Amino acid sequence: MDNILLAIATGIVLLSVLMAAIRLLVGPSGPDRAVALDSLTIMSLSLIASIAVMASRIIYLDVALVYALVSFVGVVALARYLERGLS
Amino acid sequence: MSIAEIIGGVISIAGAVFLFLAALGLLRMPDVYNRMQAGTKATTLGSMLFLIGIAIVKPEWWPKIVLLIVFIVFTNPISSHALARAAHFVGIPLADKTVKDDLASSSADATTTTVAPVSEAGSRTGAGSAATGAGNTEGADA
Repeated sequence: MDNILLAIATGIVLLSVLMAAIRLLVGPSGPDRAVALDSLTIMSLSLIASIAVMASRIIYLDVALVYALVSFVGVVALARYLERGLS
Repeated sequence: MSIAEIIGGVISIAGAVFLFLAALGLLRMPDVYNRMQAGTKATTLGSMLFLIGIAIVKPEWWPKIVLLIVFIVFTNPISSHALARAAHFVGIPLADKTVKDDLASSSADATTTTVAPVSEAGSRTGAGSAATGAGNTEGADA
């Protein structure tokens, strides 16, 4: 880890992940938790990109892309489930 | 540290600050819709800035980072729109300071509210007609 500025940015993102996880745990209703999950996936996507820089491996960006795809499909499926049930 | 690493690190810190503000809004906003407002737009901008900073630090990685940014910009508004619609049809109440609810009056005759319980649908219909009569929902408690 030779870039101290990128390490500071990663620390701030880790703190925000912690705060969004609090909302995911205490959220009073289902859509609250779904919104917190949506934000958490975007934040952890930035964390995966930061890990790619730390390890100097471009293949981890593919992991981030697949993670974004899966989280988008998951959040849309969760929204459909909240709106219409399991029918 | 080279000059590209410093510029990229500063831009990444700006993106991380936007992500932190999104998490702060997610904790402190009063209802689901305000949390969604804070938690999706700010994360879109924050992750865009973070990835642009990484693309400046590692200039040979820009095609995949541009692909990632384009994917985030296209999919994040769609998922937040679907979540907001789902939250409104489930019947999550709005905050006390809400001044306008256009979807309440238009969902009174919608056909997609079959799952919602009858009592909630009735109260939402009443609130919607009151909203159209008074102009906004703030007139009821102001």
